Amino acid sequence: MKDLNINELDRKFQEKIDNEIKIEPKDYMPEAYRKTLIRQISQHAHSEIVGQLPEGNWVTRAPNLRRKAVLLAKIQDEAGHGLYLYSAVETLGADREETIDDLHSGKAKYSSIFNYPSLTWADMGMIGWLVDGAAIMNQVPLCRCSYGPYARAMVRVCKEESFHQRQGYEIVTKLATGTPEQKEMAQESLNRWWWPALMMFGPSDADSKHTAQSMKWKIKRHTNDELRQQFVDVTVPQAELIGLKVPDPDLKWNEETGHYEFGEINWNEFWQVVEGYGPCNKERVDARRKAKEDGAWVREAANAYAEKRAKRKAS
Amino acid sequence: MTKQEALFEYVLRKADDTLILGHRLSEWCGHGPVLEEDIALTNLALDLIGQATELYQYAAEVENKGRNEDDLAFLRLEREYKNVLLVEQTNGDFGKTIVRQFLFDHFQSLLYERLMNSADEQIAAIAEKSIKEVKYHLKHSSEWVIRLGDGTEESHNRVQESVTDLSRYIEELFYQDEVDEILIKEGIAADTASFKEEYYNNINAVLSEATLSLPEKMWQLDGGRKGVHSEHLGFLLAELQYMQRTYPGMEW
Repeated sequence: MKDLNINELDRKFQEKIDNEIKIEPKDYMPEAYRKTLIRQISQHAHSEIVGQLPEGNWVTRAPNLRRKAVLLAKIQDEAGHGLYLYSAVETLGADREETIDDLHSGKAKYSSIFNYPSLTWADMGMIGWLVDGAAIMNQVPLCRCSYGPYARAMVRVCKEESFHQRQGYEIVTKLATGTPEQKEMAQESLNRWWWPALMMFGPSDADSKHTAQSMKWKIKRHTNDELRQQFVDVTVPQAELIGLKVPDPDLKWNEETGHYEFGEINWNEFWQVVEGYGPCNKERVDARRKAKEDGAWVREAANAYAEKRAKRKAS
Repeated sequence: MTKQEALFEYVLRKADDTLILGHRLSEWCGHGPVLEEDIALTNLALDLIGQATELYQYAAEVENKGRNEDDLAFLRLEREYKNVLLVEQTNGDFGKTIVRQFLFDHFQSLLYERLMNSADEQIAAIAEKSIKEVKYHLKHSSEWVIRLGDGTEESHNRVQESVTDLSRYIEELFYQDEVDEILIKEGIAADTASFKEEYYNNINAVLSEATLSLPEKMWQLDGGRKGVHSEHLGFLLAELQYMQRTYPGMEW
């Protein structure tokens, strides 16, 4: 190793990536690769944890016992995803609590979609169908990500997300085929969530600062715009099937390309939410910060007790 | 009171205990003091709501008036809920939630151990299925009582205050009336008097390891089994019932 200079190490690293060999925690990796992964995986973990909040908002009001249990189980899965992902971050030498502090200080981001409010029961359906649906589009390629621990975490996460997506679509289907009030509840909810769901794929390729490097490192396999198009192509027929209308006057099927054409995203809104000024940014971060602050005495007590116990054992 | 009426009432009381406590625990979802506990509390909530569902299904079957488990869970008036007062008490801090759970888990564990031998096959089956969950809940809450009681000065003081406050609701767990008397004779219900001493021994053993204690003078409150609740239940039900009340008769 000593004889290899950094350029040589970097060359070998890229060679491994080009040959689809996974990078493991103890392998050499360029500092920028490590940093990119810490940023991306911790943001992903934060998204799972913050994502508990808009859904948790409806647990106590779920309409029947079955829906309540399913919703709770789903949110519990999301918290579990947060746990694996924080563990994956720790394999890169980062500290879980420090990355969480970055979330609380506003330094670290999370998926902007969770800065929108969940206002009706139909939103529980939309979050599963659209938000988890979009997350799957993003995450399935991550199962082949060049970093081993992240890729392996994603395999399990994707299995659960696909169940979440189906339960969301089931909620929406039940509403769309229910009473006129229920159908209206579903349509109104789709009207609010459609565009934010498209924004989940990030800025357009022209404005995405991380895409090119991440693709070279095979952290990312498709561009934002490719994934967004794939999502539209899959989701529009699902909406039509249950009689809901996608709120985009420019939406039309293009026979030649075999894809839907869709209207322009409101990028002002996108950047406003990313910058921290969306409808619920403040509430979400405040809720997470409050949970940590309110729990400080509990964590201190657990540590103090563990120390006492260790001492008693030793003596 | 007929045996069938007593059985309906008995099962409903147990169902309400688990639903209301499950509801309280579910309020923690996304707000736990540490991620692992967020998951654990949600898990407890899920187990309890699952137990409630089975109990309501059976209560509906016993009643035989065309109501189902959701009608019973969501569409009764406040005075018709028969849970003990302990389970509707607000979450407070994590320590209070744990103490509430601890007092309940120890009772449920002894109760379900006996109900596993109930002459009523359905009750015996539900108890047998639930006891595994309850034993796990009991371990979780007891370990936390010890950690918090014997942790820092702050945690000790906080959790001792919760033990003192919530001790007022312990005796009601053992409440019995005509409903129980009828079913004890039939070998269906468990006589709570038969395991009261064991209950106090069990909780005192844990509290003592945690350097905590029950107050010397144990005040008592009850009323839950007759549908006379604390002020907290109405607000809880307002949330729980919101969808069913706002959109009557719809399927979800």
